[in-house]
Amino acid sequence: MITLLMLIPLFSGLAAFLISDDGRRRAMLLAVAGIHLALTIAALVARPEMVPGDWFGLDPLGLLFLGVTSVLFLGASVYAVKYMALEKRDPGEDSDEGFIFNNEPETVFTGCLLLFLAAMTAVTASRHLGILWAAVEATTLLSAPLIYFHRHKRSLEATWKYLLICSVGIAMALMGNLFLGAAGLRSGLALDLGSLLSNAMSLDQAWLKAAFLFLFVGYGTKMGLAPFHTWLPDAHSESPAVVSALLSGALLNCAFLGILRVAQVCSAAGLSGFTGDILILFGILSLMTAAFFILAQKDYKRMLAYSSIEHMGILSLGVGLGGGAVYGALLNAVSHSLTKAGLFFVSGLILAAYKTKQISEVKGLIRRVPRTAVLWMIGFFLITGTPPSGIFLGKFMILKAAVSGAHYAAAAAYLFFLAVVFAGMGRIFLDMTLGEAAVLNEAEKPFKSSRQMLLPAACFFACVVLLGLYMPAWLNDIISGAGDLITGGTI
Amino acid sequence: MTTLAELIIVAVILLNLSMAASGSLAACIRLAAAQGVIAALLPLLAGQGVPSGTIVFCCAVILLKGAIFPWLLTRARVKAKVSRDAEPVIGYPASIILCLAAFAAASWLGTKLPLPETARVAWIVPASLSTIFTGFLLLTTRAKAITQVLGYLVIENGIYIFGLALFVEQPLMVEMAILLDVFVAVFVMGITIFHISREFDHIDTAELSQLGDWYPKQTGGEK
Repeated sequence: MITLLMLIPLFSGLAAFLISDDGRRRAMLLAVAGIHLALTIAALVARPEMVPGDWFGLDPLGLLFLGVTSVLFLGASVYAVKYMALEKRDPGEDSDEGFIFNNEPETVFTGCLLLFLAAMTAVTASRHLGILWAAVEATTLLSAPLIYFHRHKRSLEATWKYLLICSVGIAMALMGNLFLGAAGLRSGLALDLGSLLSNAMSLDQAWLKAAFLFLFVGYGTKMGLAPFHTWLPDAHSESPAVVSALLSGALLNCAFLGILRVAQVCSAAGLSGFTGDILILFGILSLMTAAFFILAQKDYKRMLAYSSIEHMGILSLGVGLGGGAVYGALLNAVSHSLTKAGLFFVSGLILAAYKTKQISEVKGLIRRVPRTAVLWMIGFFLITGTPPSGIFLGKFMILKAAVSGAHYAAAAAYLFFLAVVFAGMGRIFLDMTLGEAAVLNEAEKPFKSSRQMLLPAACFFACVVLLGLYMPAWLNDIISGAGDLITGGTI
Repeated sequence: MTTLAELIIVAVILLNLSMAASGSLAACIRLAAAQGVIAALLPLLAGQGVPSGTIVFCCAVILLKGAIFPWLLTRARVKAKVSRDAEPVIGYPASIILCLAAFAAASWLGTKLPLPETARVAWIVPASLSTIFTGFLLLTTRAKAITQVLGYLVIENGIYIFGLALFVEQPLMVEMAILLDVFVAVFVMGITIFHISREFDHIDTAELSQLGDWYPKQTGGEK
């Protein structure tokens, strides 16, 4: 089943380069996304056995992230199909500088989307840290063409920064993997996750610590933790909304999974105090960076990108605190992915309606595009953690764990920066939604958001609200199972 | 055989210094290639009874780093009509001093992280760490996109020196997957360089500075 999950997007992605008929290619994208989700659900129900020593297997942690990726991808492909049709009809005038540019061929775009899905599936399913590394690097390379969909200077700059910073970051993670190998050299361990976990006590501690540092910097770069986050706002603001949604919702989680796998090994080796301190420190640092940049933000897609950095900080903080906070962090990861993807979808519609990413130029959403405006505001309340929502629950659990674990300074900083983010984002969202809409020219047709592009965001938001009210037993099982893996370190 | 392996380590460190000192882009590409090839010989020397899989792997690495990468980079350099100079942001003496300092720091770190007895070659850790640092130096202080890719390759060399000498017994598939990734990375970067040179008429990355939070967009907000 895992093989199918990876091979179907792989081969269909390769096929997409060859199919010249738009309709068929788009239908294939939707079909593959649907099949992938169906298979993921089947894996959730059947829980395939993990064979020790195998390179691929799905434990609760992998399943959780696989599920999120799969759901997001289905939503993204529903949105992308309509998006590509619209882009085809009137290709690009630049939103900020007004020059004309071309788009990447749709075959390349669709192909890379599907290959990207295959690589992310491989990340979630890998049980060998070397394979995990190769898959994460593959996600970088396959998503670079996606960011460069609109072929102009700024997207090229963003792509270059993304490629280079992430590749170097990932090279650090490779070094970390080798250090991990050196840690297990005396006891003859390879990088197989199962054997590392069951023999964690025999690992050399100095090497293991060095390995964690390198892997943390490496995958942390990809995850967008401050101060390694510099590629993230550029890439998110310059890529099409669908791609931003996938980057934020799925890719950052995959990188986080890389860190979690090493943290698993470290806590099995009795180093959870060491890893916890680092995770808390960089978590707070990310929160701080995001809060400051959100306050002074002029571009609403960059604002969403910084909000992603904020949430990655929260995840890191939660896992670092340990205990009940780990559950909160994982719940937050799921809810953040859905909410942020929805928000990026909506931001794409706003960009299409107003043709600018400047916050100051967007006024009166509620009059010009009412349905979009309502979703935009709902998204704001969800992402800032207003109850009832999964994000609120997650954030609250982390706070509770911080206080009960006597991390008072961390708890205070956490609350303070959350409040700053709330205030900063609140100003931006309200400014954009309310106010007088600029009068349209006679020639300009009023923009009407397509229902197909609103639907994914609406569904995602509904799920997040539901998560805040009612937690299904199966999901609870998976999240607590995944949490036990991180804190307990057993298989 | 260990003496030969140690000679290789010395050569790698000397190549680091010459890359930091070299002002010509073409020479830098050749030096990085030479370093990659020399490093790829390490696993063949480090132990007795080298399995045939390792030999194949080493040949693949040599082919890739000795022939394909330099060819790709030179092609990108010619196509993008890059001038010959490496154009460092800091001077060459400073680069060399930084390199030497990094080597000293790496030697100190090497004593902190002792390898188990199974590792046969001395000075692996310092050599690899200082190579990684040289890569970072090229990456950050040289202005061109090609030198940045070159820096990435040198970092990769440093990692390989560490990895190849230690983990001959790792499953070959994993190493192949890693190698494939590096290859595709350089390939994609090469394509991107080509796009950059077409879009901007140069590949000076100091000019890639339109995005950011500190600078106001030059022509933003006209609509």
